[in-house]
Amino acid sequence: MIGCSEAVRQLWEYLEQDLEEADRAQVEEHLVFCRRCCGELAFAEELRTFMTRSTDMALPPAIAGRLESFLAGLDKEDSK
Amino acid sequence: MEPRPAFQDLAREQLPWLYSLARRLSGDAAEDVVQECLAKAFRSYGSLSDPVAAPAWFRTILINCARDRMRRAAAGPEETPVEDVPEYSLYRTIADADPWPYSDSLHLDFLRMFTQDDVWKVLDRLKPMYRVPLVLVHMEGIPTAQVSRMLGVPLNTLLSWLHRGRKGFERELWEYANENDLLREREMT
Repeated sequence: MIGCSEAVRQLWEYLEQDLEEADRAQVEEHLVFCRRCCGELAFAEELRTFMTRSTDMALPPAIAGRLESFLAGLDKEDSK
Repeated sequence: MEPRPAFQDLAREQLPWLYSLARRLSGDAAEDVVQECLAKAFRSYGSLSDPVAAPAWFRTILINCARDRMRRAAAGPEETPVEDVPEYSLYRTIADADPWPYSDSLHLDFLRMFTQDDVWKVLDRLKPMYRVPLVLVHMEGIPTAQVSRMLGVPLNTLLSWLHRGRKGFERELWEYANENDLLREREMT
């Protein structure tokens, strides 16, 4: 049976369903016996959700203004 | 057939999310990356056959710009050794430190301390070669096989970068929380 460090190394691939069947079975076998790695798995899921929620960022007005000017500059380039 | 929209009109609609993605991929260079993306998109606007596909088209161009910057950064000297990062466990670190002994959701409480602004600052602390895969796979939800093609690296290399990126992210979350007194703020509330 694989040890904790090997199981932890594969937990995210396990969550993402990126593991081959044999590796997946080994992780599951480890999780049956290891309470700490079950905690690691639950935390990895929380961390994954945390990351997917951290995506939206407002465009600061000053930067929006500069990007608009940049776009307008491209327009002039087009009409040359 | 609908007339083709002006490039500027189409691009203007994409600016907020393009900047948001660039900010996470390239940190402080986000504005430059968006400008680079707009210039490249403008030059190849003729290749966009259907304006409905514009978001995906812009996203690919932006990711390519961020990837090129990542490659240039990776060609530079290593700044810090990262050998110990893959074994780091934020789960164990929080449990061992036990900052809020009366909490029955210690780990979730820790993550709740971070605002979005904090998360971007933590991402900024990662090297581009670890940050970019992390953002594309875990924030943008792009499958690993597709990201490995986008970045032009073998899948095993991508998976190794991702593992190091996640562990580095965990460690930087903890260090950022300590440096910015996030743990103490929670204690006092």
